[in-house]
Formats: sequence, C-alpha cells, structure tokens
Amino acid sequence: MVTTDSFSPNEGAPLRIAGVCKDFPAPDNSATSVLALDGVSLSLEPGELVSLVGPSGCGKSTLLRLVAGLDAASAGELTVGSEPITGPSAERGLVFQDPNLFPWLSVRHNIQAGLVARKLLHNKRHEVDEFMRLVGLETFANAFPHHLSGGMAQRVALARALINHPKVLLLDEPLGALDAFTRMRMQDEVLRLWQARRTTMLLVTHDIDEAIYMSDRIVIMTPRPGRIERNIEITLDRPRDRNSSDFLRLRGDILEHLHLAGASEPRAKPEPALLKSD
Amino acid sequence: MTQQIDKDKKPFCLWTGFKILSVPLAAAATLALHLLLSRGNAAPETNLYSNCLIGALGLGLAGLLAQFLFPAFKVWLAHMGPIFAGALVLLGFWELATSGLHLLPMPYFPDPPKVLGSLVHDRKELLESTYNSLLLLLGGYSLGVVIALITGVCIGWFSTARYWGMPLLKIIGPIPATAWIPLAMVLSPSARFSAIGLIALAVWFPVTMLTASGISNTRSSSLDVARTLGADSSYLIFRVAIPAAMPNIFIGLFMGLGASFLTLVVAESVGVKSGLGWYVSWAQGWAEYGKVYAALILMAAFFSTLMTALFKIRDRVLVWQKGIIKW
Repeated sequence: MVTTDSFSPNEGAPLRIAGVCKDFPAPDNSATSVLALDGVSLSLEPGELVSLVGPSGCGKSTLLRLVAGLDAASAGELTVGSEPITGPSAERGLVFQDPNLFPWLSVRHNIQAGLVARKLLHNKRHEVDEFMRLVGLETFANAFPHHLSGGMAQRVALARALINHPKVLLLDEPLGALDAFTRMRMQDEVLRLWQARRTTMLLVTHDIDEAIYMSDRIVIMTPRPGRIERNIEITLDRPRDRNSSDFLRLRGDILEHLHLAGASEPRAKPEPALLKSD
Repeated sequence: MTQQIDKDKKPFCLWTGFKILSVPLAAAATLALHLLLSRGNAAPETNLYSNCLIGALGLGLAGLLAQFLFPAFKVWLAHMGPIFAGALVLLGFWELATSGLHLLPMPYFPDPPKVLGSLVHDRKELLESTYNSLLLLLGGYSLGVVIALITGVCIGWFSTARYWGMPLLKIIGPIPATAWIPLAMVLSPSARFSAIGLIALAVWFPVTMLTASGISNTRSSSLDVARTLGADSSYLIFRVAIPAAMPNIFIGLFMGLGASFLTLVVAESVGVKSGLGWYVSWAQGWAEYGKVYAALILMAAFFSTLMTALFKIRDRVLVWQKGIIKW
C-alpha cells in the first residue's frame, strides 16, 4: 500500500530564517507602523519538527505566513534549501486551525486540489487514493466537507497539503479546535506522517504538552515586538509518555519561561502540586 | 419523524382519508355546479369544460383505487390532493362569480368554459406565441448572463475593473430596462433585436451585481490555501472565487429571470409583433378577454416552468450546500 515513489523518506529541506522583521501599518493611523517581528532568526534542519510557542500577539502566525510566502518580510531573509522565499509555493504546505476545506468540493476533490492546481492530476491520480488511505478517509471520498467532523476535516486538510510533497509543512495550530481526545490521536497521526516522510515541520501551538510531545525543539517567542526568547531541545525518546517525570519537568520549565516572557495565560505558573505528584 | 411514520401506519386515519378523497369530491362538486349553471346552454366550449371536469373526476377516482395498490402513491396523494382539490374548488368559485351570480362585469371576466374554449380554439396561435417568447427570452437571458458573468467576475476580482465598473453599474444598473425602450427603438434595426438587448440589459444588472459581490467576498483564507497548494491566478478565479460566489450568482440569476419576464412582456406589447405579451394586448384590442386569460394561464405555466428549471440547475450546482443552508 505504501509505494516508494510517493513516500520517499527525507522529503524535508532545511529552512533558514535570518534577521526577519515585519511591520504592519497601525490600525488606527496608517502613517505609523507596528513592529510584529523584530530580527527573528531560526534555522530548521531537514526533517526537523520545531514548535513555536508564545503568548498571543508574539507573531507566531505572522512568521508562518512569511515562510508560506503569503506576506513579504520587511527585512531579513527566508530560504528553503538554497532558494529564497519570494511567494507562495506548493513546496511549502500550510495547514490552519480552521481546516479551510473548499466547501464546494468533495473530500477527494479537496485532496487532489493541489494536483489540479499544478496540472499534475493526470500523472498522479493514483496518489489521491493513497493519501485518502493514509489519513483513513477512503470511505468518505464523495462526502462534502460540512458532513465531516472537525478531526476528519483536519485530516483532509493535512492530506491536501501533503499530496504536494512539500519540503516544509507549516502548521498553524492545526489541532487547536479539536477536543482533547481527538487532538491526542491527531498528534500521533501527524507524527506518523512526519516520521514516514521526514518533512521539515514548523508547528505553531498554544498547547505546551503538544509542543513537548511532538517536537525536536521548542522555540519560545515573546510579544511586542515578536522575538525569539529561547530554543529548547527536546531529547526525550519517542513515543513520548505525557506523564513521565522528564516530560512534566520540561513542561514546568517551559511554563516558567513563558511566565517570565510575559505570558498572560492563566496557567502560565506551574502548579507545584502537579509536578511533585509523581 | 417517527410520529409521521406512526401516523401513516395507522390502518385508517380520518384526516388522511379526507385528503385522499378531496380530489374526486372537489371535481364532483365543481362539475355539479357547472352542470347546474349551464343548463340549456349548448355552446361547444361548455361541453369541453364539463368533459375536463369529468376527466378530473375520473383521475381522482383512479387515484383513489391506485393508492390501495401503491403505498408510496398514497403518501404523495395525501400530500398533493388538497392542492389539486383547491384548484378545482377555485374553478367552481370562478364560475359561480361569473356566469352564476354575475358578480363581475362582462366581457372583462369570462367564465372558465369560455377561457378553456379560447385556449383550445387558439392553440396554434398561442403555441406559436409561446415559442416566439421562448426564443426571445432565452436569447436575451443567455446573452445577459454571459456578459454579466464576465463583467461581474472582472469587477469582483480586478481592482481597476472595480474602480471603473462599479460607478457605471451603480448608475446605469437601477434604471429599469423598459425605460430604455424609446432609445432601443431608435438604435436597433429590428424590434426583435432591441427586445433581446433590453432583456439582456434587465438580466445584466442583478447578475453582475451579485457576481461581483460574491467574487469579492471570497474568503481570503480559501485563496491563501489555494496559493500554498500551487494555484495560479486562473485557478484562483475559476476554481476558488467563482465556486465560492456561486450561491450569490444564483440569487442574481433568479432576480434576472424575474426581470427578464417583465421586460419580455413589455417589449412584446410595444414593439415585437409576436409572443405572449403581444398576444395579450392584441386580444385585449379585440375585447376577447377569454383569449387574454388563456394567454395569461399559458404565461404562468411557461414562466413557472422556467423558474423550476433554474431551481433544478441550482440544486445540481449547489448540491454541496445541502445541509448547510435550509434547502
């Protein structure tokens, strides 16, 4: 079922973000501008899975849009492999929190949208079935998006992004709208896809557990202007145990960092009782 | 839902029975009324009318028998019976008000047998008129829709087209197409040609307006996703913006169809020497009001058929909306 040509490992490419700034015109006064990102530098190895965490307004999503090529940076350089990012491209897939499926297309047609857009459908039609199987939706091929549950819709969105074999996959809180149980299953699903393909992945998340559970590295950002505060390597063996003492210790550390970074989230302060309980 | 099933499963339900019986009952009542009112009147059209009522009665009785054999037909009959019966009762009231009690002034309000007689007697002219109207309407409507889709997509998508097109649309659009008739008569070589142009103009405004607003309201996230999937601008227009605008476009198409009926009838009665609109004013000129009503009945059937056809097309094109909106 898994053929070599569509699942060749190491599809990922290195992503380099160097000294990137982004300013927006202020909403009330177009003469001034608001600095959303200030000198952000970040490098991802091929096949690395990095999470961006930070309080709201720290520019995580802005950074992702720059990498996707949907917006242009005000200063700095972004490159994938050796090529500078100048605009959107099929080699950088993007999955949002809202699956953003095309409501007028069936599951199958949503998944093959990228092939149609690149006029490759004729040669790669067999891949559509493979990707539907990959995300377990072959029985829903002809369903329209509004008949799908949140988790199913997000799996279609993942398959739709992956069918282009992107070198970099950008995930903007892709599991944020799902219930806790579906979210944990989807985390494993994304990890499975990532391990099979070794796509370079940049994941924006609000969920510290998700970041620790999934990533090779966690990047903490601070708001106004958005800057990178800290890189934290996660060296825990996979599959990770969400209740292990190492996991919980890391969780405490990261929450501490976020707290210092000015996070206003209510659970920013680690709860000592929880940390000691094991 | 379960309640509904339970109700239908009952061996005998008085209300359902009445609904099934309503057609033959109404046909019999209307027939009896007609026979009562037309005693001694040997006009051929009265026989035709009573034959039609006998036919309705026969169909009603046949339905009564058939519903014992086909349960699905029974459900349909119970649902539709009251409507048919209502139409028959309405015919009865009409006859009562005209040739029965003479409540309405003649010759402006002929009785149903006379209208039916005109319908049958003038069938050749009426069919020809319907055919001519259809040609004119389809020609004008398709022309208007094609132009409107092009202008609507351009105005909705390209900011330059929007800058120049929107003021034009806002100023020219609201003028009723029929107000252009004097100009159209001067400009165009033939009345048919100008009628097609006027219908096209009437259709153009709502379709352009709704298409443009649908296109420009395409969710930017849909466009962003398509861009990251490798879409070029033709994909963005034809496979994202236009499908996203389709619900709006269909609202425009419905509004345009209504406007085209109006324009058709007016254009036919002032310039074109054929079609149902022309037939109505011609019959009125001869004070043949039976023919006027016959043409109106045919017009109603003709226009509602076209509306239904457009609904069917919409149901096909927008099948993905089923379940999102009330259908």
